[in-house]
Amino acid sequence: MTTVLGFETSCDETGVGIVRDGELLADALASSVDEHARFGGVVPEVAARAHVSSIVPTVERAVELAGERAGVRLADVDAVAVTAGPGLAGALLVGVAAAKAYAVALGVPLLGVHHLAAHVAVDTLEHGPLPQPVVALLVSGGHSSLLRVPDLAGAPVEPLGATVDDAAGEAFDKVARLLGLPFPGGPPIDREARSGQVSIAFPRGKAADGTLDFSFSGLKTAVARWVEARRRAGEPVPVADVAASFQEAVADVLTAKAVAACRADGINTLVIGGGVAANSRLRALAQQRCEAAGIRLRVPRPGLCTDNGAMVAALGYLQVEAGVTPSPLDLGADPALPLVRSAARS
Amino acid sequence: MVDTATEACIAAVCRVRPPGETVDGRADADVTVLASRAPIDARRHGELLAPLITQVLDEAGVGTGDLDGVVAGVGPGPFTSLRVGVVTAASVAHALGLRAVGVCSLDAIPDADASQDVVVVTDARRREVYWARYRDGARTEGPDVARPADLLARLGGDEVVVGSAAHLTPELAERALPDLPRYPRPGALAQLARAAMLAAEPPGPLVPLYLRRPDATPPAAARPPETVPPTGATL
Ligand SMILES: [Zn+2]
Repeated sequence: MTTVLGFETSCDETGVGIVRDGELLADALASSVDEHARFGGVVPEVAARAHVSSIVPTVERAVELAGERAGVRLADVDAVAVTAGPGLAGALLVGVAAAKAYAVALGVPLLGVHHLAAHVAVDTLEHGPLPQPVVALLVSGGHSSLLRVPDLAGAPVEPLGATVDDAAGEAFDKVARLLGLPFPGGPPIDREARSGQVSIAFPRGKAADGTLDFSFSGLKTAVARWVEARRRAGEPVPVADVAASFQEAVADVLTAKAVAACRADGINTLVIGGGVAANSRLRALAQQRCEAAGIRLRVPRPGLCTDNGAMVAALGYLQVEAGVTPSPLDLGADPALPLVRSAARS
Repeated sequence: MVDTATEACIAAVCRVRPPGETVDGRADADVTVLASRAPIDARRHGELLAPLITQVLDEAGVGTGDLDGVVAGVGPGPFTSLRVGVVTAASVAHALGLRAVGVCSLDAIPDADASQDVVVVTDARRREVYWARYRDGARTEGPDVARPADLLARLGGDEVVVGSAAHLTPELAERALPDLPRYPRPGALAQLARAAMLAAEPPGPLVPLYLRRPDATPPAAARPPETVPPTGATL
């Protein structure tokens, strides 16, 4: 049996997960999102401080859960995995320091992993082994990428496309703020959109440019202009319609490009992850378009799409099983870890 | 024990003698430093600390299972590097089921036997210093953060200045002791933690001494569209 303890601290979530033989035993999470809400975005120093106070209690919670579920104790851990990047430098460093400390104290190997590869790996906990290769669409407040993932055990992950400006989740946050909705913007926009009509034709940035890149800054500006024009004219802003139309524009571009990426490479499995993957319209439209194109869609449940420790433990487990060389103890946090390998550089 | 509150990345293994214990019929020193490393590299504590811990354990011939407690200097210090030591200590302690004791890093810098008042200063970046004042080895003021000129203005005439920022400005350097202690001393950290380590009550969680609030400016407040009248609004 192989038990892996995973740490995720790349942004505002302190995540600790425990995976044994591909089975999720514990997924403990502490979030500092409320502390960032009044700033309308994640404040790096606030996030780093919150990780410091949360990290050990979150490990305690994870061990408690794994104990209840499978009688697993900390001493049963065979390897420690941690997000080495990309992410916020100060936040990453807390998780890396903690992971190393647990690895040293428990006398087990350390695996530094790539955050985006972990978002893909988490799907194996729910839907079993992934075929090789797959296309992954990862969309959150910090990243918007299309990747070609041959396998998760260390073979190069190829970037196919990425946002050229804002991340998709960032656009949700900014539009939510424009509409007077709370931070983070994803859930309230999704909620508002349910009672709204897709009645406003917002632009689809880069939709027809032939690349697999995204752009959300023009969309955000178009929404801002539209809302401002309404206000200047003294008319009420139809929040639900704006939310529905904005959300439709984002889901349209993301799913169209994801399907195009699969087609271009003849790949028939698409994995969607990241916080924005929790968006109901994105999930529905992706399902519809994948079915039409004969592509198998795999989306983990929303709780596993957002940042968490389970995804890191899941990837760590796959790497241990594949015999990936452990990371050295002088592993550094790398905020700009390039998207080439699923194993962090040593 | 670890301390990453200054430019030094410190890892050490110390033996702390319980009260009343004697070796060969005589009382041993309270604290013996078995192995210690303290490379100076302010930007690489995150990379350096874990390998240093394995090195000092090897050198001391001590396994992780032989440890009885963990001591951390909890600052004040520059946030990013300070967190490395605090998180490492808390994690090692939890993993091994040991208690973790936090000590003010500045307290471990001065030699206790100075005849004058001692002011410890370390680099707080942004042209400021973390500082604390000591008399007969006991802290009488601080820790706090200040510009060197403001700190000097509140001092009397006869304090001496020690610590890694003692030469940060010429005015501080004028009062600096020759051959001054610059960084926390492992033996002193262990000595300072000794009582808490041996006490019946377990200590609380390690809390870094930041002494500064996070840099964060809220963006302009959002205007809820339905509630703000289009003209003549007073916010
Ligand atoms: Zn993420």
